[in-house]
Amino acid sequence: MLEVIDLSKRFGGLYAVNGASIRVEQGQIVALIGPNGAGKTTLFATIAGFLKPDGGRVTFNGEDITGVPPHEICAKGMVRTFQITQPFSRLTVAENIMVGVHQHTANRREAREQAWEIAQYVGMGHLFDLPSTELTVAGRKRLELARALGTRPKLLLLDEVMAGLNPSEMSEIIGIIKGIRERGVTILLIEHVMQAVMSLAEQVYVLSEGKLIAEGPPEQVTRDPAVVEAYLGRNAAQLLEGQGHA
Amino acid sequence: MSQLEIKPKGVFSGYGASILLLLVALVYPFVVTSNYALDVGMLILFTAFLGQSWNIAGGFAGLLSFGHTIFFGIGAYCSAIMVATYGINPWMAWMLAIAFGAALGAIIGYLSFRFGLRGSYFALITLAFAEMFRVLADSSPITRGGLGILIPVKQGASQLQFADPRAFYFLALLLCLIGLGLAYWLKSSRFGARLEAIRENEDAARALGIHVLKEKIKCLALSGALAAAGGSFYVQKYLYIDPQLAFSVARSVEMLLVAMIGGAGTVFGPLIGAATLGVLAEVTRALSDAQGLSLVVYGTVLILIIGFLPNGLISLLRRGPRKQGGRHA
Repeated sequence: MLEVIDLSKRFGGLYAVNGASIRVEQGQIVALIGPNGAGKTTLFATIAGFLKPDGGRVTFNGEDITGVPPHEICAKGMVRTFQITQPFSRLTVAENIMVGVHQHTANRREAREQAWEIAQYVGMGHLFDLPSTELTVAGRKRLELARALGTRPKLLLLDEVMAGLNPSEMSEIIGIIKGIRERGVTILLIEHVMQAVMSLAEQVYVLSEGKLIAEGPPEQVTRDPAVVEAYLGRNAAQLLEGQGHA
Repeated sequence: MSQLEIKPKGVFSGYGASILLLLVALVYPFVVTSNYALDVGMLILFTAFLGQSWNIAGGFAGLLSFGHTIFFGIGAYCSAIMVATYGINPWMAWMLAIAFGAALGAIIGYLSFRFGLRGSYFALITLAFAEMFRVLADSSPITRGGLGILIPVKQGASQLQFADPRAFYFLALLLCLIGLGLAYWLKSSRFGARLEAIRENEDAARALGIHVLKEKIKCLALSGALAAAGGSFYVQKYLYIDPQLAFSVARSVEMLLVAMIGGAGTVFGPLIGAATLGVLAEVTRALSDAQGLSLVVYGTVLILIIGFLPNGLISLLRRGPRKQGGRHA
């Protein structure tokens, strides 16, 4: 469904993403993990058209979308959320979600009805007419998700929707994400919370310093010495290796 | 299912008050006895209309123009040149001037937004455009330079000149109502929702499928068309235009001031702002004949409003701030 081939993005002389290749198949949940500053968000932004790549290609449903502007990519069925939430502050939760829904209908009433369904689905029904500034971090993360769902995506790019949530909020969101997938939406997510990655993703890509250093099912990737090294340093990797043999 | 009712925010609470206002506006010219009082009313309505034009760009979409008089001036000059130089019928000239205003809005919008000018940069570029037009109008033979253009007196409704001074009052009222209607439409349409989304967060708007450049250009074209309609009206009312009247910073400031004082991004904000400032100006003039005192009063009112009512006077009319704390999931 989504194929990223040898994608690179530089800022000045520094490669934020260096030759990354990713495949996401229809119906999958794929996770992109990596230490802070690995280039995950940059990779997302480049895939979604917010940044122009310096090399490589992105295809979506077989169509080359490299360098296509975000609103067109959204119209094709791929939508991203933001790690640092970007609510329309002076609008209510309902109006925020309606902006996404308006991708499909010009009718305000219809848009509001659909927004109401989405709000209930992500557990924001009781917040529907609140100004979005009054939301907590958890609420804002949900709002990002709800707005994106409003555009009826085929592929959803979720950038750290779990960050800053407490365990019960997190398990609720995990349930919601699973439900979204069951409705036929493919999901690519950036996540730091390994518990979430383990319970959601079938396939994991690990990015470190702009390069992919590992890929595979989550159990396999977390045991990969290169991954352990990227997160914890060389000594830790050797130490764990040693324990494994003992 | 009360959850699903659509209540456009920022609409003056209740239709009753609006109808009452409209009745007052309709009766006013028959109650007042002096032409001066009639003119004061006409100018309030007219300023409210120009403020609405600014409001549609600056209030709804966050396109903070500091040179909105460009469109007013272009409308005025288009009309004046077509009528005085080419003898085109003033009504026809009015329609063409509106089209010119829209086209100029689209061009300035394209030039500014194509290169990502936002916020204060856009404010500066519009200010620069207005100055540029003023200098051009001052030196070009088409506009007859600093002399300005006089429209020959030819009374008759077909010539858009009226013996009864109430005619222009009602024309201003009509313009004002059209402006209000457009603002109301923006509050309840997808186009308006998109503009508000762009105002609040451009990146999020793009991510959700909004063609930001296109919507901004459409918005500035609409706003420019309105201001140009105002310029034409002005020329027909006073039968004269010169570069200073057409492209002065003071008019740009007045347009944004009435919208901001009344409440930017609301339907009735510009009308409330224009009425407040209009009445204030008359009161200060009546109390003292010191030159420029009304400007001092304007300034003070502006500071007070920005300090205590950042959402404009209209926020006084709403029933208190929405308090729905306590439920934080």
